[in-house]
Amino acid sequence: MENTNNIAPILKIKDLKKSFGDNHVLNGFSMELSEGENLVIMGKSGSGKSVMIKCLVGLMQPDSGSLEIMGKDIIKLTQKEFNDLRSEIGFLFQGSALYDSMTVRENLEFPLRKQKRKLEDIEKLVIEALESVGLADAIDLMPEELSGGMKRRVALARAIILRPKIIIYDEPTTGLDPITAKEIIQLMRNIQQNYKTSSLIITHDVDCARVISNRMILLIDGINYAKGTFKELSSSKDKKIQAFFK
Amino acid sequence: MTTSLQIFNTLKNFFIEIGELSYFAGRFFKEVFTKPFEFKELLRQCYNIGNRSLFLVGITGFILGLVFTLQSRPTLMEFGAESWMPSMVSISIVREIGPVIIALICAGKISSGIGAELGSMRVTEQIDAMEVSGTNPFKYLVVTRIMATTLMIPLLIIFGDAIALYGSSIVEYLKGDVSFLLYFNKVFDALKFSDILPATIKSFFFGFAIGLVGTYKGYNCKNGTVGVGEASNSAVVYTSMLLFIIDFIAVFVSDIFFEL
Repeated sequence: MENTNNIAPILKIKDLKKSFGDNHVLNGFSMELSEGENLVIMGKSGSGKSVMIKCLVGLMQPDSGSLEIMGKDIIKLTQKEFNDLRSEIGFLFQGSALYDSMTVRENLEFPLRKQKRKLEDIEKLVIEALESVGLADAIDLMPEELSGGMKRRVALARAIILRPKIIIYDEPTTGLDPITAKEIIQLMRNIQQNYKTSSLIITHDVDCARVISNRMILLIDGINYAKGTFKELSSSKDKKIQAFFK
Repeated sequence: MTTSLQIFNTLKNFFIEIGELSYFAGRFFKEVFTKPFEFKELLRQCYNIGNRSLFLVGITGFILGLVFTLQSRPTLMEFGAESWMPSMVSISIVREIGPVIIALICAGKISSGIGAELGSMRVTEQIDAMEVSGTNPFKYLVVTRIMATTLMIPLLIIFGDAIALYGSSIVEYLKGDVSFLLYFNKVFDALKFSDILPATIKSFFFGFAIGLVGTYKGYNCKNGTVGVGEASNSAVVYTSMLLFIIDFIAVFVSDIFFEL
């Protein structure tokens, strides 16, 4: 995919630090995500990828550093301001995180409940989001009736229902068979093209990174160890970098 | 030395738990009065907690009244005091046995259910998903459930008491040839304001404790699926303990105001 590095950053992390006791998970991690860009972050398990995105969406407080989303430092925002900003961010959880006491329709309606919209508008948005992931027929099913791939698609539909400017994907293909994983990757590309979103993708899946990334960052020992395009990094002679592409 | 260290650590953990539970309760009181209010979810929880416990509470109350009357009857007969049966049963059930037994039954069903439900939501990141979508999960999940138990448990206790008295009246009708009308006349003659009011007030506290401990254990669940089981189990244990402590305090305070 073409590189979009020259566009202004929509998301910026600077010198992010987070420790749990003596375990220093993030040691000054920095990165920028440009508008319309697909940025993939790869790292070993326990390297701090999930901690980083949890800090980014306010599920965890960083020890120090700054986190800017659309020019706003989220640490300085009030809860209400941050909740408003959250509507600009879609989040696809690793395990889909569908509300299992609600139907697919209710799952998709949930992010819309605080917005004063007409019922017809809500219905239209829900159907549109489900159609974009090819699951309009599953609207009245419960999550327990869906396969792993279908759950991931519904979660993707829920992530895009507010038409966010940024979508964060936490291991979007983990636990899926190769065919379903390819379908999910294709859906991510379609969403990026149709909704003009910027994507931050955390993954271990080299195929996913190859297909979808404009740019990649390797997170090692809590820092931004290497960055570049997939081609640049995969041809690197550095052993630590090479370990990711074997 | 090791034993004393273990005792110290156990006590320390206990007091940390009490502190965290108090902080959690404080957060509930802070959030319950601030907008937005989740009325729809509150009604849904009231329905879930109230309606779905009705059968269990009814059966428990019925058997309680039946057994209590059957077992007390021979002793009262020895003293020729079987005519006191309706008064004794009604005061015992309304003041003490009904609220405590039904609250314990609800602790087993409702508190553990809430603990398991929220625990499962925590470990599968559903609570995180709620927060990321801009909804306050504490308000949506915790406040509504505690409010629902606080409102529904007193109603369930009143319902259970009524069924228990009905069960008792059946025994009296069959064994003592006492009509239902006479039985319930004696019941209402015996019951005073000072019997009903403290029991009703304490049942609100029972409801609050059932909701508080269940949500606290579930909301702070850790360690994956094992943690869900632990949250559910410890919710019942802690709630049961708390119910007896509340009951003791309630009886003590009632005695000051109403001279029981």
